[in-house]
Amino acid sequence: MKRILDRHEIYVLIAIIVFSSLFSIINPRFLSLENFFDLLKGYSLMGIFTLGMLIVIVSGGIDLSFTAIATICGYVNALLLISYGEELNLFIIFLIAAGIGAALGMVNAVIIHKFDIAPIISTIATSNIFFGLLMFISGGKWLQGFPLWFEDFAKIKMQTLYSPEGTPYGLSIVSVIFLMLLVITALILKYTTLGRSIYAMGGDKISAKRAGINVFGIHVFVYSFMGLVAGIGGVVQLLLVNASAPNSLVGKELDVIAAVVIGGANLAGGVGTILGTLLGVILIAIMGNGLTLMRVPSIYINIIIGFLILISIGASTYRRKKTKRQRIITENN
Amino acid sequence: MVKPNIIVLISYYKMIKGANVDEPLLSLKNVNKNYGGVIALKDVDFEIMHGEIHGLVGENGSGKSTLIKIISGVVQPNPGSTIEINGLPFTSHKEIEAIDKGVMVIYQDLSLFPNLTVAENIALEQIISDHKKIISASELNQISKQAMEQININLPLDDLVNHLSVADQQLVAICRALTRNVKLIIMDEPTASLTSREVDSLFSLITDMKNKGITTLFVSHKLNEVFTIADRITVLRDGGVVGVYETTDVNEEEITMLMTGKKISYEKFIYPPATSQPILDCKNLSRKDQFDSISFQLFPGEILGITGLLGSGRTELALTLFGINQPTSGEIIFDGIPMEKMSIQKAMHKGIGYVPEDRLRQGLVIDHSFENNLIITTMEKLVNNLSFLDRGKIFKMVKYWAEGLSIKAPGGDSPVRTLSGGNQQKVVLAKWLAIRPKVLILDGPTIGIDVAAKQSIHETIKKLARDGIAIILISDEIPEVFSTCNRILVMHKGKIVREFYTEQIDQEEIRRFVYESNNNKEMIHEKDS
Repeated sequence: MKRILDRHEIYVLIAIIVFSSLFSIINPRFLSLENFFDLLKGYSLMGIFTLGMLIVIVSGGIDLSFTAIATICGYVNALLLISYGEELNLFIIFLIAAGIGAALGMVNAVIIHKFDIAPIISTIATSNIFFGLLMFISGGKWLQGFPLWFEDFAKIKMQTLYSPEGTPYGLSIVSVIFLMLLVITALILKYTTLGRSIYAMGGDKISAKRAGINVFGIHVFVYSFMGLVAGIGGVVQLLLVNASAPNSLVGKELDVIAAVVIGGANLAGGVGTILGTLLGVILIAIMGNGLTLMRVPSIYINIIIGFLILISIGASTYRRKKTKRQRIITENN
Repeated sequence: MVKPNIIVLISYYKMIKGANVDEPLLSLKNVNKNYGGVIALKDVDFEIMHGEIHGLVGENGSGKSTLIKIISGVVQPNPGSTIEINGLPFTSHKEIEAIDKGVMVIYQDLSLFPNLTVAENIALEQIISDHKKIISASELNQISKQAMEQININLPLDDLVNHLSVADQQLVAICRALTRNVKLIIMDEPTASLTSREVDSLFSLITDMKNKGITTLFVSHKLNEVFTIADRITVLRDGGVVGVYETTDVNEEEITMLMTGKKISYEKFIYPPATSQPILDCKNLSRKDQFDSISFQLFPGEILGITGLLGSGRTELALTLFGINQPTSGEIIFDGIPMEKMSIQKAMHKGIGYVPEDRLRQGLVIDHSFENNLIITTMEKLVNNLSFLDRGKIFKMVKYWAEGLSIKAPGGDSPVRTLSGGNQQKVVLAKWLAIRPKVLILDGPTIGIDVAAKQSIHETIKKLARDGIAIILISDEIPEVFSTCNRILVMHKGKIVREFYTEQIDQEEIRRFVYESNNNKEMIHEKDS
């Protein structure tokens, strides 16, 4: 029992349960399956980004360039879809997006590792470069008019249910993409040597080197993986809005980081779980959705999420302090 | 686990010494190392025999760390140097080859992953070197259990390493080395943050490993410990080997002389009572869970030693005297005036200085210059009429203290990071002396400082006391408190259990007393399991 209470995730879960109950008392529509699937679809893109961000943060780094990478991947694929739409298929689209994303992520890794520049600085710089180049080339134009098969794919639901009013709903393909990536990321972190090495490097980089961990290799993996999921996120964005809008993602980096941090990841590295991150996304999602259903203006939602971050970090710091104090007391006795 | 006793241990080592030591496990011939124009090692010949416990001593800068790094493959020696491990040439000079040949270093910082569990810390390295891609919890546990069984310990596998005591963390590091089929364990200052009780159990572990055929290179500043554990001692000075000695053939004083090249003698500190008015008078001072009913008086010109285990409440007491923590009950009377509500500002204003245990983190701003570190306590006095800092005044002050304490620094603007441990500690001392304190509390002032620098700090402390400053010296090194203080308080579990006047007794008596009170204590990891 004590061990469970030591975990950050349990507190996020409690918060989720408390707020969900509260919202569904005020508005019964909140707890419907329809709202759940809508919410899941709406936050799948954020969820995809948090997977890459979690791995980067666990490794002791940070990446602020992933929205720029996602935008580039989205834009390139939008161009391809418009020009060669009928000859392409979804597999190729995702492969291209993942490839470009991973390559751009690798650029980050090389800069961070070889030049030993702090990840926050390196990725702010590359974010500006990536995004600036894209705006220069694209002129900031929206792209629309994708082939029908692409639009149809976005509408796929795993099963179709009907609400009392007769509107169809179901688990969207977009959510399925998110959940598949979630499982893959969880497996990597939990069951592979690579995953443990990422935690190890985030805990102590010098010790990691001494333990024979290939630190450069881990950097490359971590930032390429972030780039890869960002690329997939770029395509998901196309599926969701049926258009490529170069300026729609950049600027949203901090929301993603917030979700990961609320989920218990430590920005100093070495700490963070997939479960926590998922719960972090869910908490942000239900806060946003619940408050919107209650007609709370979006400005207040930002303020509330700000407090959530503070409480979340404050609570984990407090618990760390408490265990430390307990240790001093036990050593005294 | 065996309850060790120093006397028994020593006779035990002597008994088994000489067994199976005719074949060198490690042999270095003609090893040289330059860093640019600086010679770190010159013509070093060095041998470690199978199954021995070999002590390596030398002052800071004598080349000890370079030697360790070369043996473990972190640093490459100059061409022409030959190293053989187990009869085979060590050619690549890479860490990985050293590990494959069975050489492991346990660094002072232990190189563990604080955020991972005990099992992960022990087994990860093994799994990485086996090029396994998938990890299972059962495999982690199995590797860890095997390693722990080898040395008969039992740590909770799922606990995070940063929840363990330093001693237990060290056991984790040793277990990790054992997973790699280790033949030679190099321990770099392994006792630096252990209590004397924990040092005992580490020593019995090293002996235990020796019986299993694992050789240890024990690198330490603490000569008394080297003498307790080592079969042979190699002394380094200025990058060269001075000699290799059987522990039974030499004594601490001789080794000190060989290390420093000069004779260092310990003199007791004689305190001539000057006044009957105490500068500091503690009456029944208590703080919940930390210390209980502490009463003592401190007189100007006195050096009062406080010794006891880590966690005996000695540091906590110091923090309260300096106003960092509030006492829960009791009274502090300073210079005849009872102190209401203490604070750091008030303590400093009254003339109490505190040199913390961890000088790198709490005593110095490590990347800042010597000068900036020095003026931090007295900045308001170093300004001109316009309230700007006065360069001239600062320069004069830096010069005054650099000369007064003979601080060796390339210049006032060199970062304190670049100074040696002894000189860093002198900067901390100078910073507090600049406030002209009446009471100076020194917490572990010579931790990690080599013999000669230590001596020079002890001399400085004695000189300050002769100038009338009352000094509290907190240390777990009994020779240190014995040779520097005129009076010693022994703390145990938050209480003062004994008071000694150094004039009246000898060092062994204090040592025996402290060990006996320790031996009544359960070992920490026994209690945990």
